[in-house]
Amino acid sequence: MSLLQVQDLKTSYGKVNVLAGVSFQVEPGETYALVGESGSGKTTVIRAIAGLAPAQHGSVKFNGMEIRGASERKLRPLRKDIAMMFQDPVGSLSPRLTVGRLITEPYKIQGMKDRDLNLEAKRLLEMVNLPSHFADRFPYQLSGGQARRVGVARALALEPKLILADEPTAGLDVSVQGELLNLLNDLRERLGLAMVIITHNLNVVRHVADRMGIMYLGRLVEEGTTEEIFRASRHPYTRCLLSANSEPDPDARLERIALKGEPPSLLTRPHGCEFRERCPFAHSGCERVPVWEVENGHGLRCLAPLTS
Amino acid sequence: MTEVLLEIDNLSVDYETGRGDLKALRNISFSLNKGEIVGIVGESGCGKSTLISSILRLTAPNTRFREGEVRFKGRNLLNISEQDMRSLRGSDISIVFQDPMQTHNPVLTIGRQMLDIQHRSSATKAEKLHRAAEMLSAVGIPDPQARLKQFPHEFSGGMRQRIAIAMALMSEPDLLIADEPTTALDATLEVQIIEHLRSLQQDMNCAVLFISHHLGVIAELCDRVVVMYAGAVVESGDVREIFGNPKHPYTRRLIDCDPGHIKERARVLPTIPGEVPDLANLPKGCIFRERCDQAMPRCTASVPPLQTIAEITGHRAACWLNHEEMAS
Repeated sequence: MSLLQVQDLKTSYGKVNVLAGVSFQVEPGETYALVGESGSGKTTVIRAIAGLAPAQHGSVKFNGMEIRGASERKLRPLRKDIAMMFQDPVGSLSPRLTVGRLITEPYKIQGMKDRDLNLEAKRLLEMVNLPSHFADRFPYQLSGGQARRVGVARALALEPKLILADEPTAGLDVSVQGELLNLLNDLRERLGLAMVIITHNLNVVRHVADRMGIMYLGRLVEEGTTEEIFRASRHPYTRCLLSANSEPDPDARLERIALKGEPPSLLTRPHGCEFRERCPFAHSGCERVPVWEVENGHGLRCLAPLTS
Repeated sequence: MTEVLLEIDNLSVDYETGRGDLKALRNISFSLNKGEIVGIVGESGCGKSTLISSILRLTAPNTRFREGEVRFKGRNLLNISEQDMRSLRGSDISIVFQDPMQTHNPVLTIGRQMLDIQHRSSATKAEKLHRAAEMLSAVGIPDPQARLKQFPHEFSGGMRQRIAIAMALMSEPDLLIADEPTTALDATLEVQIIEHLRSLQQDMNCAVLFISHHLGVIAELCDRVVVMYAGAVVESGDVREIFGNPKHPYTRRLIDCDPGHIKERARVLPTIPGEVPDLANLPKGCIFRERCDQAMPRCTASVPPLQTIAEITGHRAACWLNHEEMAS
């Protein structure tokens, strides 16, 4: 049984269909990456999984149990198992609490009174490679990288089975970015964590994710193992994203596939294939609505698929 | 013949703080020729922002220029009058900021803002609007006439950044400062911005000082690169030299850390352990010493000067290792 099973998840705010049916699953210990442009719905997906965003339709099963639309009372014990790392590392820490209080707050909320909080704080800080005297610091005294690690420590406090990480390396310098990714990789191996990671940095995806899903306008357009997507992606949008990946080499031959125009408004979704108007490979047949097809574990929603 | 446009000469800038002087820039020297694109690369706290605000003289009140000059077309900008400085900003030197969502005035239409920015021109309103529409289409905004009547919130982030570029280039400046113009944008939009910037730069032959921490973009766009670390230039030179034959351990480590560099899935990604030193309390010797895996006793004793390594390519680096190499 999959640890997390998301089926046809739909979210709309008024007339704006942010998610138009998203399905994927994550196995225990697996890292799944969601990639796509700003506004493609990545953050809404993980917020909906965590019960922080509404989802009017579909299902989210965690360990086989339906949690979409569950009451806060029913969700609270589950929050031990599903932890969230928010996008803004400093903004997600209360400015008036010390690091020690921040990372041990989950124990209080879960009513685990038997724990020695000082000891736990020390253990957690050690786990994310921060010195133990950091427990007395306030968020404004932390650098971006340190605040991230505090976010990781807090997410790990209750030994979750699943971590939802929203842009975990955004805003970090490259020399520190590797440190955080190594930490996540290491913890995943040691604790058997499963992760859903959102990022628009494809260079990062390659090193952390087992499988990845590419989102466009609130839908998955392609899904597969990271290795397969990088080697033999078939959706033109995926190819555009991959080709936009830059390399630190002035002589790199970049065969760029330019995207035409801007992402369309969610209020006026295009007819037929929603990527059609921006797609360099679209043909007249793309006026039909493409269906999701899966072949050897490689999912695709495209009427003009590319071959390698 | 290349003509020097901007010359930063031994510039040192401090911030006065309660803890003493924070030495934000120390002996910075580099130059920018007419029509050239120079990239400044460095991580948080390297002094990129202090450098830009020093060039534009838009510095915080506690800023102290301790030493050196910023020469633009031969004139030292640090001692001209505020009035002269003001006439340079926005006409000879313009800037594109990092955050496209906060660059524009939210309560004025784009057309109004593009008119306002031409306040020095004696053209009629109709001519100015025509020019504005031309610039919008040059950065790939479809239907520019209609778009001029719209407000900033009606544009996407990528479009707003392109409008910011259009506005910065309206006066055909000699120098454009681009302060991390793609950091807030997705990779696909980043590509668009870079393409537009490059083609406009070629049309207008304006020089660009491109500030970024993104090595891939620097490699793609720039002719020459200046690498900064903790308020000092550690290496500078031709883009191919910097990326192909880096001579400072920090540059080497930085390139190693870029995950775009590593094609196979890596279990452990390279990092640079340690933190940037406290600039209010500078350590002795080389600024990178504490994080450098090749540090020698000499690195603690004194600060290595920025030394020419190859005359032809203008490759310079500030590291004692190169001195040892040359001596032997």
